[in-house]
Amino acid sequence: MIEQLTTLLWTLAKVLMVVLPVTISVAYFTYFERKVIGYMQVRRGPNRIGPLGLLQPFADLFKMLFKELIIPANSNRFLFLLAPVLALAPALTAWAVVPFNDWMVLADIDAGLLFILAMTSMGVYGILIGGWASNSKYALLGGLRSAAQTVSYEIAMGFALVGVVVLAGTLNLTGIVQAQSGGIFSWFWLPLLPLFVIYFISGVAETNRAPFDVAEGESEIVAGFHVEYSGSAFAVFFLAEYANMILISALAALLFLGGWLSPFQGVPVLGDTILGQGGLHWFLAKTVIFCFLYLWFRATFPRYRYDQIMRLGWKVFIPITIVWVMVAGVLRVSGLYGG
Amino acid sequence: MSEIRNFTLNFGPQHPAAHGALRLVLELNGETVERVDPHIGLLHRATEKLAESKPYNHSIGYMDRLDYMSMMCNEHAYVRAIERLLDIEAPERAQYIRTMFDEVTRILNHLMWVASNALDLGAMSVFLWAFREREGLLDSYEAVSGARMHPTYYRPGGVYRDLPDQMPKLAESRWRKGKDLERMNRWRQGSLLDYLQAFTDDFFDRVDDYETMLTDNRIWKQRTVGIGEVSPERALQMGFTGPMLRASGIAWDLRKKQPYAKYAEVDFDIPVGSNGDCYDRYLVRIEECRQSARIIQQCIAWLRANPGPVMLQNFKIAPPTRSEMKDDMEALIHHFKLFTEGYCVPEGETYAAVEAPKGEFGCYLISDGANKPFRVHLRAPAFVHLSSMDEMARGHMLADIPAVIATQDIVLGEIDR
Repeated sequence: MIEQLTTLLWTLAKVLMVVLPVTISVAYFTYFERKVIGYMQVRRGPNRIGPLGLLQPFADLFKMLFKELIIPANSNRFLFLLAPVLALAPALTAWAVVPFNDWMVLADIDAGLLFILAMTSMGVYGILIGGWASNSKYALLGGLRSAAQTVSYEIAMGFALVGVVVLAGTLNLTGIVQAQSGGIFSWFWLPLLPLFVIYFISGVAETNRAPFDVAEGESEIVAGFHVEYSGSAFAVFFLAEYANMILISALAALLFLGGWLSPFQGVPVLGDTILGQGGLHWFLAKTVIFCFLYLWFRATFPRYRYDQIMRLGWKVFIPITIVWVMVAGVLRVSGLYGG
Repeated sequence: MSEIRNFTLNFGPQHPAAHGALRLVLELNGETVERVDPHIGLLHRATEKLAESKPYNHSIGYMDRLDYMSMMCNEHAYVRAIERLLDIEAPERAQYIRTMFDEVTRILNHLMWVASNALDLGAMSVFLWAFREREGLLDSYEAVSGARMHPTYYRPGGVYRDLPDQMPKLAESRWRKGKDLERMNRWRQGSLLDYLQAFTDDFFDRVDDYETMLTDNRIWKQRTVGIGEVSPERALQMGFTGPMLRASGIAWDLRKKQPYAKYAEVDFDIPVGSNGDCYDRYLVRIEECRQSARIIQQCIAWLRANPGPVMLQNFKIAPPTRSEMKDDMEALIHHFKLFTEGYCVPEGETYAAVEAPKGEFGCYLISDGANKPFRVHLRAPAFVHLSSMDEMARGHMLADIPAVIATQDIVLGEIDR
């Protein structure tokens, strides 16, 4: 009995150790976003609350929490409140299988990649249900767009991951990273370069971020699926979106850039220093690079139109990924990479 | 089986892409727009009627509030109409100042346009970059008139006062100090003309910046090429003017065809498009920004070399100076009469138009010989352009609606009047 209890408590503690840092990263990701985009747009971003505006995320959080949660009269109350939860839960659950370094992982399961795919696709239900339950025309359009977009990009993303699995020979994320061991040129970005690019772009589309943010479509459908949400329910959608962004960035780092491995692995002089050793710091650095790319895209690109996104997904990305999965197979069978 | 009906969407009046209080009722088939029905009038302020109830020189300020993106151009049309009826002409220096500020206004408007158009299509950075330059130009408005948005600077018989010899400098604050402040005040060491010269010298590079972000951007082109195409014939039939007409390939510009102020004396080109789609209208407006900067520089050169009066010395129409009022009874009486009852304008009617940034802005004025106009009619270019909304947007997607609204460069202030 005591043993079971300690196992339970220990698991809960581990869950907290993953969820809390993710939540705090989300908070500071929003700050980072506002600062980065601010400087790209010749302004300063938040700088009033706390030193350098560092307390801004908490100010935002408290503002959201204290706002009234308005439930539209004609909405489906149950689904309306369920939707944000459905959006957030998978976004956080997916982190369970993400390895931060060679031992820091909550659940080191063999089907890790499948689990991730399942969880990231679940997130769209929150958006879809939120869009439908609001009983608003704008929200409905946003939900529809989001569903169509996710379905299309899920396929391209799935194929991109197949390439990784082919080369790594395992679905376990720790195993995938270990298969890339041996310095920057043995990471999968090199043999799978097209898949790497497509994976990240599909990831941007999957998280409904600029330039693929048609589900939100600020200037067309105002805020899309969450137009009717306010207060903490809105904050939860927000949290889910940013947790997903960080997740996609972390996965890009794990699957294509060797996760926690050092790019200088095997280099004689650096090999023994902290730069040469793999570890959490490398994983975080790589993740931040992708997070930064998200923001850079947002500051640079105009928004795609809905049908153009579909065209890009079906007519460009899916064919390329299918071809490159074959190339990956050839690489594997010929013994050039993997195995 | 029940009948399948189209989806009706109410777009606005509170909508981020509606550019003011515009309400569109959209009939959607999926995401395809079947019909657009613009509803206007939510910003109606009865400007024309107000102008009929006031002496002529009291209504200039209302004109600023019509198209609040191109303030001085509106004033110009109204002031020119009064001047025509009175049969007077402003001194040459005033004419040059008007030419210069018309072009400053054009840049202001086009910057606002490129900014909001980019934002409507999701390109956020250009918005803030363009606002940086707008800020600089609004400072020049402030320097001559004291107001940043609604200057009331043009008056019948000239302009309110001569250009300041000293450009006001920015003061130090908690957020603006040290090197930043020095950099921001670098252009402000000399007169207003020095400031505008420095601004326009730099401005060409800034326009290039916007172009780097947009012109060759694949997404930008996908969003604008072939959207809202208007053939030259249709553009003429629907009464388009300004960049909307020029983008369709018709080189019509009042500044060239019916020169007013000093446009005959300055050298500039009018850019013309070929396809009449959103992308061409974008290119035309961007090029107009550059041409405007050229005109401003020519005006600056003339204004530096030729000091002189900027207001008619006819005190029945133009007020005497403040200092004269202090020790001259006649001047005081003139001032009092002008600002209470105004002046009577000979009987007649006239139409005076200027090439406002959005197109032909005209003022049709009828006088019955009293001190108030009998009738003022304002021809607002955006009103005409908005009328083509249905034709331009039909068959496009919902996401193209903001693109079409933005490309028409409408401002509800002048549509509803």
